[in-house]
Amino acid sequence: MSTVAWITARGLFGRRRALLLLPLPVLLIGLATLCRAVGVAPADWGVPVLVGLGLAVVLPVISLIVGTGVLGSEVDDGTIVHILTKPLPRRDIILAKLGVAVGVSALSSAIPLFIAGWLADSVRFGLALAVAAVVGAFAYSALFLLLSLLTRRPVLLGLVYILVWEGLLGRFVSGTRVLSIEQYVITIADKIEPTALLESKVSLPVAAIMAAIFILGCAIASIDRLRSFSMAGETS
Amino acid sequence: MTTVNLQNVSRWYGNVVAVNDISMTLNPGVTGLLGPNGAGKTTILHMMAGFLAPSRGTVTVDDAPTWRNPDIYRRLGLVAEREAVHGFLTAREFIAASARMQKLPDPKAATEWALGMVEMKDAADRRIETYSKGMRQRTRVAAALVHNPQVLLLDEPFNGMDPRQRMHMMELLHGLGDQGHTILFSSHILEEVEQVSGTVQVIVAGRLAASGDFRRIRRLMTNRPHVFAVQSSDDRRLAVALIGEKSVSGVEIDATGMTVRAADYGNFTRALPRIALDSGIRLRKLIPSDESLESVFSYLLEA
Repeated sequence: MSTVAWITARGLFGRRRALLLLPLPVLLIGLATLCRAVGVAPADWGVPVLVGLGLAVVLPVISLIVGTGVLGSEVDDGTIVHILTKPLPRRDIILAKLGVAVGVSALSSAIPLFIAGWLADSVRFGLALAVAAVVGAFAYSALFLLLSLLTRRPVLLGLVYILVWEGLLGRFVSGTRVLSIEQYVITIADKIEPTALLESKVSLPVAAIMAAIFILGCAIASIDRLRSFSMAGETS
Repeated sequence: MTTVNLQNVSRWYGNVVAVNDISMTLNPGVTGLLGPNGAGKTTILHMMAGFLAPSRGTVTVDDAPTWRNPDIYRRLGLVAEREAVHGFLTAREFIAASARMQKLPDPKAATEWALGMVEMKDAADRRIETYSKGMRQRTRVAAALVHNPQVLLLDEPFNGMDPRQRMHMMELLHGLGDQGHTILFSSHILEEVEQVSGTVQVIVAGRLAASGDFRRIRRLMTNRPHVFAVQSSDDRRLAVALIGEKSVSGVEIDATGMTVRAADYGNFTRALPRIALDSGIRLRKLIPSDESLESVFSYLLEA
């Protein structure tokens, strides 16, 4: 593990913010277990729990908390300067931070989605959801990492993307789905293990290519942005 | 020998000009960057440290640009004004992380050396968030020093330090300067600059108002009479003799001696011993009383 990744992970788990990662996965697993235990048919609870909660809330919100936490917090409090005053290629810093963000987001969302998918349908479906969640964690983390370098309010903008773009416009304006990570995740999971629970709204090539564009585009933009990181003088 | 060069550097934010056409060269030794709050010191330091692009002009360390050039940090260390540190780490972990990120061959030894330089070994295993302001500052200096950079930039480094820590930091900067490091520290407190460095870069309203040894700067201000405190075996007779000297523009006598105002520093300091000798008067004290940095600074601000 690189020193940058080590500091990032220590910072992430040393903050109370890390506790925010717990409730959503617990809620997802708890609801799926409850529905299964009381014998509700998966067709009735699968879509609201897996898609409405798991893919529309748990995955993006966890990625938002982690993705903005790995860099945005350091930019906010100024500790990023200690890392930037080292002869490290900015690419290495972004990749280390992205790696931590993806790892934590993927683990925190893929495991509960796997369990919930397993309870709803099968192990294969659980695995499909987990794989799709990992792809989603990459794309969301890259996007939110970039936002924390572009704006002083990355969490707010991230919530606008999740709630307004994906949650609202994505439901009613079909054209916006091409730029919706949630739709890529649904398509990828559905193509790996087709079930009646998921309904793809974009094709697999579109999902795969757009996810790759999100990941690469945001990572490259973040690297370039970090190269030009400026500090405003406090007394000037 | 490493130098930092600014060539016709300006920096503006929208319509506001923060730094206006500054050229300067920092040589090995300690230089004070002096100016009132809001003069543009931090902007200049950030440009030198590669954290701000000049709107015009170039900022280089030994001909290498500092902007968008991370390699520069092998030779350059920065202690920024903002006191941000990773509080969840101990000082030893924090400095060792800096040493590893610098890819030093023996990070452990470098860490211990840097801790020793700032006298932080005793508290090195406590989390930084439990430290006082001065201890945090010393920890940040140690992290900036761990790779023994040729250039060290410090923004208001004495903030929050108690007098003993301040003295120690001054000795540390002196020592580094004597070893051939190029040190620049900013301050708006005149006494600090005066104690640490004779060489100053004075910034007023974004412009370089003066540059060099502040005593020499004072002597170049020929439009202001130089003030000397003089004591002699016969002040009254010496005053009469001095008032006939062309370079003297005024003499005052009080209980402690004389205050002489001289329009021409060189002529006066050459004439005084001759006048005293001719008059048979013994000189007991001759002190330039407005060569302090404070006088120079106030003259520059008024200019």
